[in-house]
Amino acid sequence: MERRAGEDDRLYRNAGRKENVRTSRSRILSIAHKEFFHILRDFRTLIIVFLMPVVQLIMFGYALNLEIQRVDAAVIDFSRSTASRDLVERFEGSRFFRPFYFEGGVSQVGDLFKSRAARVALIIPSDFERQLLHASPVSLQVLIDASDSNAATLIRNYCNQVLVDYNASRGAQLPVPFDVRTAVLFNPNLKSSYFFVPGVIAMILVMISALLTSIAIAREKETGTMEQMLVSPVLPHEIILGKVLPYIALAFADAAVILFVGLLVFRVPFVGSAVLLVLLTTLYIITALSLGLMISTRVRTQQVAMMLALTVTLLPTILLSGLVFPIASMPAALQYVTYLVPARYYLLIVRGILLKGSLLGQLAAPALSLVAMSLVLLVVSVRRFSMNLER
Amino acid sequence: MTAPETRGIQITNFRKLYGKTEAVKEVSLSVERGELFGLIGPDGAGKTTLMRAVCTLLVPDGGTVLVQGRDAARDIAAVRARLGYMPQRFSLYQDLTVEQNLRFFADLFQVRQKEREGRLEELYRFSRLGPFKKRRAGALSGGMRQKLALSCALVHTPETLVLDEPTTGVDPVSRHEFWEILRAIQKEGTTILVSTAYLDEADRCDRVALMHEGRIVAVGTPEEIKAGFRHVLYRLAGRDARELRRFFSGLPQVHSTQLFGDAVHVVFAKKPGQSDWEEWRHALEGKLEHWSPERPSVEDVFLELIGSGR
Repeated sequence: MERRAGEDDRLYRNAGRKENVRTSRSRILSIAHKEFFHILRDFRTLIIVFLMPVVQLIMFGYALNLEIQRVDAAVIDFSRSTASRDLVERFEGSRFFRPFYFEGGVSQVGDLFKSRAARVALIIPSDFERQLLHASPVSLQVLIDASDSNAATLIRNYCNQVLVDYNASRGAQLPVPFDVRTAVLFNPNLKSSYFFVPGVIAMILVMISALLTSIAIAREKETGTMEQMLVSPVLPHEIILGKVLPYIALAFADAAVILFVGLLVFRVPFVGSAVLLVLLTTLYIITALSLGLMISTRVRTQQVAMMLALTVTLLPTILLSGLVFPIASMPAALQYVTYLVPARYYLLIVRGILLKGSLLGQLAAPALSLVAMSLVLLVVSVRRFSMNLER
Repeated sequence: MTAPETRGIQITNFRKLYGKTEAVKEVSLSVERGELFGLIGPDGAGKTTLMRAVCTLLVPDGGTVLVQGRDAARDIAAVRARLGYMPQRFSLYQDLTVEQNLRFFADLFQVRQKEREGRLEELYRFSRLGPFKKRRAGALSGGMRQKLALSCALVHTPETLVLDEPTTGVDPVSRHEFWEILRAIQKEGTTILVSTAYLDEADRCDRVALMHEGRIVAVGTPEEIKAGFRHVLYRLAGRDARELRRFFSGLPQVHSTQLFGDAVHVVFAKKPGQSDWEEWRHALEGKLEHWSPERPSVEDVFLELIGSGR
């Protein structure tokens, strides 16, 4: 005879009506209040919760520098003309590249990359100067070592930038030699701090919300206090809300700290609406909490909760949300997986609001995705939340 | 059919499986209203499973459990509102103080503000935890922890109280005090179902059920249980108790022997005659100095019952 939690819940509500046991605001608050005490008593965890984002900001800010500078660039110049030397000087002039002339053939570029003597090769055709003068589209070959796909993307962007500058310097009256259409907006210097401060917010919020909530509920199961709580007439959503509320507050406090450090130390711009940011951050926190709840319904010990939460939240958030590695440079199969990572949507939201000043209408797609995710997770976890000691 | 309200707890053909293992096999039991009822048996007898079912925490695989006439598998909220439960493991919040724990459970059970302060005072008085209000639960001694857990289970003045091995691991003085407290609670009209692995605690209950391997092997008042002893128990004393035991356990008419400090308890299939004793005393060369019939304890009965089952 198998009875699922949902069925119990229904019986429970019927009985509740008969017995006049209604949802009690005071019961939710009382559980929340108790949870706050647990958080405050567990001082070490609290310190970690607030120190970790700062450490991560420093790590991402200084150690993991996504800005690439002084990339060795091999130049194979078949043209050997003034025009080609002029172009190479352009590359030399930018702080991104350190060009050197390479006398070997194009076929040897692979060896250059293997020995890391160069990460990009610029091949200038013999009729380069003639093409320029005749205003025909100029062909210029750029080979980039994509063993580090991230760096490759950046190098390509930098190349484009140099070429755009080159175009501009030749003046409008002359025919435009290169047809480069890339434009870097909102973060014209490709500063990585603009990139990782929102990323750290997304990561920390998932950590606090999913990891700590699932651990907090697993702890009650593990220490037997859930058993004691369940024999009271408390309702499942009262336990869930009560347990979750303090972590929403904690997540907000943490987000504020990160944003503050980001704005102040890393000079991240804040172009958009603060109200919209708070609103959509709440939505993201709710999604992450639902994920934590979902995990807690499946585990019985804190350790398993932690392992599971780390696996399903932290790793995908770092690796598959576009936080560090651009989604566009992932294999197609992985790109589909990223649709399941809440941080993917939140990064669009938070970067949009901070850097571009996006409005709600422009962020509707990621916001709705988060709403849908939260709803599915919440419904499943409330239904799975066992009000007895059966599995 | 008896009017359900007159019944404290009524368990009918209750079964519970864990996977393929049958933790409790077709158990029926009825606890009268206002009774102090003991569920007695060794670890793994199925006591906890049965009690959790009474507390609505497990769904039966067969049979029914009625608590004050309400089905514990269906009328969950009603049963929970009138029941106090103290799980086997200390399961209060160790990082909260005595007072915070009590108030938290008062909130969960929605004890009315009017009654709350009076109830808390009452609980502090009987548990003598008043002076330790501000102490963290984790810093309490074993006996005090159990009293706090009991207080939390009583905070909403339940009609039925279920206690799972409340005296396990508690020192003898605190155990004694704990049973006194249970008696006092019973006097207020509360039905109490308490389990213990200490067989000597059976005498503290109005009635007991002996459990073994998922079955109830005997039910009755402690006196009735002892009267059910089918063998004859003697207490023997002498210079070398071990030697005595060795000698008697080798005799065909002896059912079992047990060391009791300096003495030996010997269970005979039937009462030995005076000539038998003379013969044994002679055979033991004076090592047997004293023998007398002994009233069997619940433990003796239990050992007899499970021994005969082999």
